[in-house]
Amino acid sequence: MSEVVAFRKRRGVELTMLILAMGLAVGAYVLVSLNLTAKLPANWLWGVAIYAVIGLAAHVVIRWRIPYADPLLFPLIYLLNGLGLAMIYRLDQGTNPVMHSAELQLTWTAISVAVFALVLFVLRDHAVLRRFPYLMFLAGMFILMMPLLPFIGFENHGAQIWIKIGSYSFQPAELAKIVLSVAFASYLVDKKDVLALAGLRVAGIDLPRARDLGPITIMWLASLAVLVYQKDLGTSLLFFGLFVMMLYVATERPSWPILGTVLFLAGAFLGWRYYSHVQTRVSAWLDPFSNWDQNYQVIQGQFGMAWGGLFGTGWGLGRPNLTPLAKNDFIAAALGEELGVAGLMALIVLYAVIVMRGLRTALTARDPFSKLLAAGLSFVFALQVFAILGGVTRLLPLTGLTTPFISQGGSSLVANYAMLALLMVVTHHARRPLTPTAEPLQSLAHETTQVIAVPSRTSPPVESRSPSGDTPHTPSSADELTQAIPSGAAADGEPTQAVPLGSAPDEPTQAIQSNPRAPWPPENLNRPGRLS
Amino acid sequence: MNRPIRRVALVAMLMTLALLINVCVNFLVRQESLNANPQNRRVTDAAFAQDRGAIMVGNTAIAETVASKDQFKFQRRYPQGELYASVTGFFSYNFGSSELEQSYGSQLSGSDDSQFVNRLIDLATGAKPRGASVQTTLNAKAQKAASDALGSRKGAVVALNPSTGAILAMVTSPTFDPNDLATHQVADARSAWQKLNGDSANRPMANRAVREIFPPGSTFKVIVSAAALDAGYEPDSVLDTSSYRLPGTGTTINTTCGNSQTLKRSLELSCNSAFARLGVKLGSDALREQAEKFGFGTKPLSDITSVASRFPEEIDTPQTGLASIGGFEVAATPLQMAMVAAAVRNDGVVMQPYLVESVRSADLQVLSQTRPSQLSLATSSANAAKLRQMMVGVVQSGTGWRAQVAGVTVGGKTGTANSDNVRTPYAWFIAWADNPDVAICVFVQDAEIAATDVAGGRVAAPIAKSVIEALR
Repeated sequence: MSEVVAFRKRRGVELTMLILAMGLAVGAYVLVSLNLTAKLPANWLWGVAIYAVIGLAAHVVIRWRIPYADPLLFPLIYLLNGLGLAMIYRLDQGTNPVMHSAELQLTWTAISVAVFALVLFVLRDHAVLRRFPYLMFLAGMFILMMPLLPFIGFENHGAQIWIKIGSYSFQPAELAKIVLSVAFASYLVDKKDVLALAGLRVAGIDLPRARDLGPITIMWLASLAVLVYQKDLGTSLLFFGLFVMMLYVATERPSWPILGTVLFLAGAFLGWRYYSHVQTRVSAWLDPFSNWDQNYQVIQGQFGMAWGGLFGTGWGLGRPNLTPLAKNDFIAAALGEELGVAGLMALIVLYAVIVMRGLRTALTARDPFSKLLAAGLSFVFALQVFAILGGVTRLLPLTGLTTPFISQGGSSLVANYAMLALLMVVTHHARRPLTPTAEPLQSLAHETTQVIAVPSRTSPPVESRSPSGDTPHTPSSADELTQAIPSGAAADGEPTQAVPLGSAPDEPTQAIQSNPRAPWPPENLNRPGRLS
Repeated sequence: MNRPIRRVALVAMLMTLALLINVCVNFLVRQESLNANPQNRRVTDAAFAQDRGAIMVGNTAIAETVASKDQFKFQRRYPQGELYASVTGFFSYNFGSSELEQSYGSQLSGSDDSQFVNRLIDLATGAKPRGASVQTTLNAKAQKAASDALGSRKGAVVALNPSTGAILAMVTSPTFDPNDLATHQVADARSAWQKLNGDSANRPMANRAVREIFPPGSTFKVIVSAAALDAGYEPDSVLDTSSYRLPGTGTTINTTCGNSQTLKRSLELSCNSAFARLGVKLGSDALREQAEKFGFGTKPLSDITSVASRFPEEIDTPQTGLASIGGFEVAATPLQMAMVAAAVRNDGVVMQPYLVESVRSADLQVLSQTRPSQLSLATSSANAAKLRQMMVGVVQSGTGWRAQVAGVTVGGKTGTANSDNVRTPYAWFIAWADNPDVAICVFVQDAEIAATDVAGGRVAAPIAKSVIEALR
């Protein structure tokens, strides 16, 4: 990205798109009732007003706290949320007596948006999350493995990916995906250069060194444990895929994803070979009609989508209640039934646009941590959508993951809104313009030694504007680490200075003091200290 | 770091593409079979909520839809109960449908492609969509006569119009009352379903007329005779009718008709030894070829599910001898044997049998009309005439005399299949008449007479007679 892109705030765009999104969702809600009873829903004005006020309040907070955030993310997600509410309302009407889970879900929407706003208030700069990678990792793994704990973990429809405290159940994977994204991003920012070192070269691909295989092995074993003990291919795919993808982005070594894919396929094959519950899932995927009772949900979901046809039956006119758990796992099937193939495809594209906005942020972000975090959060989101929608439409074996922002369930909604807040903070920092620097950017592009921070407190290191991924000579071996040594160190190739983890934001040599709002960390602040 | 991020974006795009393509593939490939699945409640409920068309015999509905006041708007009703069950089948909530209710389901419910314009008009005018009605080829009198004559005995009767292939009667016994399965009282329907399917001795849900095959016994001799005429024999060719020891075995087929008879007389007396010897002489290939010309080896009926009749592929000489008298593994549906009689009557031309005359939309516009078509040529016109002459002999002065009808030329052939001496024999009678123009096959599974007696003539022939009389 050699050209400098100046982003504008685009909050007006956000508001317009938000109103459009809310219009679609409210339209769906009203249509359900009109199609079912030819009357407007009882208290519909209240429902619409609460939904609109929540959305507008979120917009105001965004405008205030992160004015440069991506303008499409929130409207897209609020649309998904609204469609989910409309479908849950529709499914409520299909039961006798009529249920009231849509009201509950609307309450959870309010709570989630409150959490979203809270994150925006507390987390001014996401860089603080970088301080405790190992703690974050341990916490993330603990959360991920919580469903295996006695007493609180429980199995639901063949997958042990839930915990239950009292009457309150929760899928810890929703939280784990945020915590682990942060942990991986901070860990990999530190370790990327080491992990990028080439080992054996096989068939034109530089394999990693054997001694660097530790982290991927740990993650592989963890994903196998998830597959075998939590019995869920989707969750397993989610976390191993997340780690492998972030490893690849950090090191730029294609050997990592290749190795990861091979490992994952091998693990999945072993799981299929030796565990009957994996075989059950696979047979339900390939031939659901082989066992009517066991695969009842998959079959009913299929029937529903087939019944919907190309354009669906219309809101309220299908029979999605015939599918068990239509509000949770199979809400996509319910949407497919009433909105048809066309609606389901639109839904997939909505998710795809969200993922693409997130990945675009990763491209624009100025520091590796932000890049990794944005890419990780977006990709894990993409994987989750792929796993659950693929499972419902029989592209993949079914998993018990929730459909983000649409499924019924408060905890999932809160976790996903928290993730959205984090991603939007990153987009805000990525899109925010820098204060003009004293010297033009191009002046350093032709220098041979480009990144030596200056000990002076007055002249800022202008190189900090250029994202590392675009520098033509990305570090790929230890000797290049010298380019990023902070001020004070001798530029003779010896990585003498170990910058303590977490102390960086206060680094006095950072030389951006003249501009307290400049992005952090500057690209040149690589930390070579871990090499020895 | 941007290059790998771009590649990750590519992977995310591919995942999206995979989802989109998969949804389309589901729509294009899987949707039809999912919606045709009888267990798909969305489809069955919608069908129950629709004014389904009637199935007609003449001007009488044998399956009709009447208004209902329970959870569904319409109730399917079968005014004649058991009489037409083998033709209409049933239309149930939990157990799908069968026979014409199934095979013409989309036309009856109005969802067939041919009714697309009607649906559009209904949509535009706000009229309630109504299904098409199916006009069958059945003749009410023939069906009633066949059913009454068969009575409570296990078996089947099929009557055809030889020159068109139109099925005039199709009875199978024991049968069931489709009203029991069509009821909206789900529990009643379930208990009826369990009772009908649990009765393994009588198997009332089995369609013996078109979906079960049985050894045809001596009626197969008509096919052997056709093969013999084709090979140059004449009705008055003299056959060796003495007892015949099957080559290479210790099994002897004893004679019941002296030591020599003409081919015609052998058929009239149904000489087993003569036809076994003749069949061996003609060879199994000639017999199989002749049987296939009559329709063996193909599913003859397309309106409802039917099975093909069989002449075994792997067969040695003594087995050929047994097969020539309708034993060994030769097996045929009653419909197939009716087609044999029909082909003889129709100058050797086998017509494609059919059950549905036409389909009419609710406004009586003809949506489809069946045109009679030729299935195959079984034998030459001259040989067919000789066969007719021989079969008339069977009725006038042979084993089939009980099928004589005053003033009508009737040709026939009896059959008794007693593959073992423990089970009571299967009684067969195939016949044709010139006026009325009809071909009939009567099959009685449980003839309840001594295994040695010629059951076909005694038990089955009178049933054929009453069907012919009903059609006069």
